[in-house]
Amino acid sequence: MESNESRRNFLKVTGIGSAVAVGSAASLVSNPANAAPGNSAVLAYPERAIGKAAGMKVNTPVTFNYPDASSPCVAIKMDGPVAGGVGPNNDVVAYSTLCTHMGCPVNYDQQAKTFKCPCHFSVFDPEHLGQMVCGQATENLPKIELKYDSGTDSFKAVGVNGLIYGRASNIL
Amino acid sequence: MTTFNDRIALPPVDAQKTNMTCHFCIVGCGYNVYKWDANKEGGRAPNQNALGLDFRTQLPAMAVTLTPAMTNTVVDKNGKRSNIMIVPDKACVVNSGLSSTRGGKMATYMYNPQGITQERLQLPQFYAGDQWLDTTWDYAMAVYAGLIKKIIDNDGPRSIFYSAFDHGGAGGGFENTWGSGKLMFSAIQTPSVRIHNRPAYNSECHATREMGIGELNNSYEDAQLADVVWSIGGNPYETQTNYFLNHWLPNIMGSTIDKKKKLFGNEPVGESKVIFVDPRKNSTISLCELQAKNRTLHLDIQPGTDIALFNGLFTYVIEQGWVDKDFIAKHTKGFDDAAKANKLSLEECSKITGVSIDKLKKAAEWSYKPKANGVMPRAMHSYEKGIIWGNDNYLIQSALVDLVIATHNVGRRGTGVVRMGGHQEGYTRPPHPTGEKIYIDQEIIKGNGRMMTWWACNNFQTSNNAQQLREVVLKRSQIVKEAMSKARGASSEEMVNVIYDATSRGGLFVASINLYPTSLKEAAHMMLPATQPGEMNLTSMNGERRIRLSQKFMDAPGEAKPDCLIAAMVANTIKAQYEKEGNAVMAKRFSGFDWKTEEDAFNDGFRQAGRPGAGPIDSQGGDTGYMATYALLAKAGNNGVQLPIKEVQGDKLIGTPMIYADNKFDTKDGKAHFKPSPWPGLPKPVETQKQKYAFWINNGRANEVWQTAYHDQYNDFVRGRYPMAYLEINPGDASALGISAGDVVEVFNDYGSTFAMAYPVKDAKPKQTFMLFGYVKGIAGDVTTEWVDRNVIPYYKGTYANIKRVGSMSDFKRTVSFKRRAYDNV
Repeated sequence: MESNESRRNFLKVTGIGSAVAVGSAASLVSNPANAAPGNSAVLAYPERAIGKAAGMKVNTPVTFNYPDASSPCVAIKMDGPVAGGVGPNNDVVAYSTLCTHMGCPVNYDQQAKTFKCPCHFSVFDPEHLGQMVCGQATENLPKIELKYDSGTDSFKAVGVNGLIYGRASNIL
Repeated sequence: MTTFNDRIALPPVDAQKTNMTCHFCIVGCGYNVYKWDANKEGGRAPNQNALGLDFRTQLPAMAVTLTPAMTNTVVDKNGKRSNIMIVPDKACVVNSGLSSTRGGKMATYMYNPQGITQERLQLPQFYAGDQWLDTTWDYAMAVYAGLIKKIIDNDGPRSIFYSAFDHGGAGGGFENTWGSGKLMFSAIQTPSVRIHNRPAYNSECHATREMGIGELNNSYEDAQLADVVWSIGGNPYETQTNYFLNHWLPNIMGSTIDKKKKLFGNEPVGESKVIFVDPRKNSTISLCELQAKNRTLHLDIQPGTDIALFNGLFTYVIEQGWVDKDFIAKHTKGFDDAAKANKLSLEECSKITGVSIDKLKKAAEWSYKPKANGVMPRAMHSYEKGIIWGNDNYLIQSALVDLVIATHNVGRRGTGVVRMGGHQEGYTRPPHPTGEKIYIDQEIIKGNGRMMTWWACNNFQTSNNAQQLREVVLKRSQIVKEAMSKARGASSEEMVNVIYDATSRGGLFVASINLYPTSLKEAAHMMLPATQPGEMNLTSMNGERRIRLSQKFMDAPGEAKPDCLIAAMVANTIKAQYEKEGNAVMAKRFSGFDWKTEEDAFNDGFRQAGRPGAGPIDSQGGDTGYMATYALLAKAGNNGVQLPIKEVQGDKLIGTPMIYADNKFDTKDGKAHFKPSPWPGLPKPVETQKQKYAFWINNGRANEVWQTAYHDQYNDFVRGRYPMAYLEINPGDASALGISAGDVVEVFNDYGSTFAMAYPVKDAKPKQTFMLFGYVKGIAGDVTTEWVDRNVIPYYKGTYANIKRVGSMSDFKRTVSFKRRAYDNV
């Protein structure tokens, strides 16, 4: 109920002129230039194909590993544009599914549209850049930066914003 | 560190390692601080880093808590840059390696000139004319101490007002309560002191102490051993996080049954039950219902009816014979009088509290009906601000402790009637000079007092009736500011005279001793920079009386100093001024502050209590505190020792896990005293607001924010989550007022008006809201009444107001999640 209300408000807001702001904020965050090799501030993230936009169902997580096989992630197509969303509708986001607190795998709650950690009960919001809704983490959920190629209608993971649990560096 | 904040530097194996008890809540989780040259980095192999972990591959879950927030880079006075990492200590019995969202940010909150702490006060500052200027400690002391002396000489000390911390952790500690207390009470001898969170100098636990039961009488382990745990006006997942996660939850989940069997022999034991008393369904209740639906009971009383609840249960258990008659006969006094005065039938109790008779009976059966073998159940009763800031503090505690004594739920393992606590504890002070409980805020409002010092606190955000207090302080402060701005070229002595004269015309001189400028800057004339743990050595004790030494590992920013040494500077300045005048009597009154370090202050206060020749000292260390040297505490590490100390064995301090195990209580006759506490109804000012305004404005703390947000306000992780205080409101009520999530609303009544960010939640009952307390934007205290109980304890939780929509904040709606904070999805 709340999340639906919240979403409606969000849509209402974006409908009255903030959509541009949301879009530009998202493009700044996911600017592939930030991940370009040679930029010393950014690790050498691999590019990895995630899948096609057409194949994604709303509110249904798609699992993948990134930047390597031991880092589980999910991509989700939300029910409308969201902060940091990419794709034709700016509605696809992806996150590491290791809780930033102590590394337990978070579960996606389709009804609440949140990630929930069963160990110490942290809750994260994929529609707000992985913001911790409540819980014991000190970081929001690491966001997997995606790049959308309209020519092939496909997503690639190109970087991770935030430290993945259990690592000194996102690139092992 | 990087654009993506996606890597951290590991401590090399030779990194310096020290102990740190969390700065923030009462639980006092143990942490380790690593510090090493900023130009070095440990390797990823386990033998290459001080954590001994293998970072060459992904670590498994629960292996560590290590986030970018737990790292920082600091600069010492010699210019040397060091990396620091502050991580939870797995060997600490309090938290066993867990960190909360508050403690996990300690490293972030150490001073870094480029970091989010860059607003820290570094030098004394003085309001000169129309701007803030840095000044020297000498000048600041000449004016501040000079003004104190002039007031003492002309008027006596009563016009010198303080609002001061009385706790442990950051902004407190045994060193600093002693330093500030010795200055205020022994040297200046002013009675006009209030405490950081209440408007007079008083305890939050008068009733239970008078009944012979100190409020911290068990160990955290007892929450693992109880048959039933009560949470009365508490929300421990959010406000005592690792006490809940590491001690309550294992009992609720049944993982401490073996421990119980070992301790209690043939006594029937099982997973614990948990009973909540709270009008609001808070996030801890949601969690417990999710984990153990059939063993969780929520007594969602009508606001302010706690006394009736406990009187009803007290009457019922007497009728059922579920009281410990032998214990009552041998170790208590006043049972019959209390039983008579508090008598309330379950029907009446149910009518007043709004809780069904079935639920009341269930609570009583779970907690007090003898177990199969005839043994009284072990029921631990914890309580916090819901009743401490309730209606009314004294009577609720009386009613609760009556029930606890009658059922012998104190002094046995798995029991206890205990505060959950806010800050850590850390009290050592000379007695208050007169014992008066002066309502300082009202004195200021009436125009009394010449100078006010807020010491490590900020009542602009945290007092009751806060708007009126701010209005008067700002007005009176302005009189002094105008006078000071005209004192061009004045010497410090002349400035003192100018200020003093302005205070004769209704002015109030305002000083703030703090880490940050805070919102008091608007009213202040002087700001003095203080330190936090890690920049000084500091001792505190947690909610199970566990004292630890947090070790200094870095220099304080600029000229910031420990509060105890600031107190010493003030005293020594005044002493020198009296010596110059040849006034030996007054010089002597300001002597005894020859401290070079905070350890000197610890040795002068905590370790002198009860010693031959020492004056009276009220100390949580009691008469055996002298055994706790810094050296022994350093050896005791993050497990410290539970006060009072019994003895020293070799280099080990031996403490006291459970108080009153011998049935000897803290009264003259050694008995626990029942206290009559009949149900009084609501106080008149609160009842008046209730009749006039539509919404109950409950208020309290939230997990993600520490106190006034003095650090958090600069941290986007917190500020981004709560750009202003949130107000939980029933979705139907919100809809009726045209309010949607993220709207800015005005909350107003006869006392004031404040703003909040609307956060509709289905758990909120109609007409019952909850507002984040003490926040930097949106101050709940603006709409609380001036009503206080007989000990000048406010009823912060008891106010009513109307709510109206101010407008829509598109930025909040875009950036702030308004999803359910509670974990369950029922």
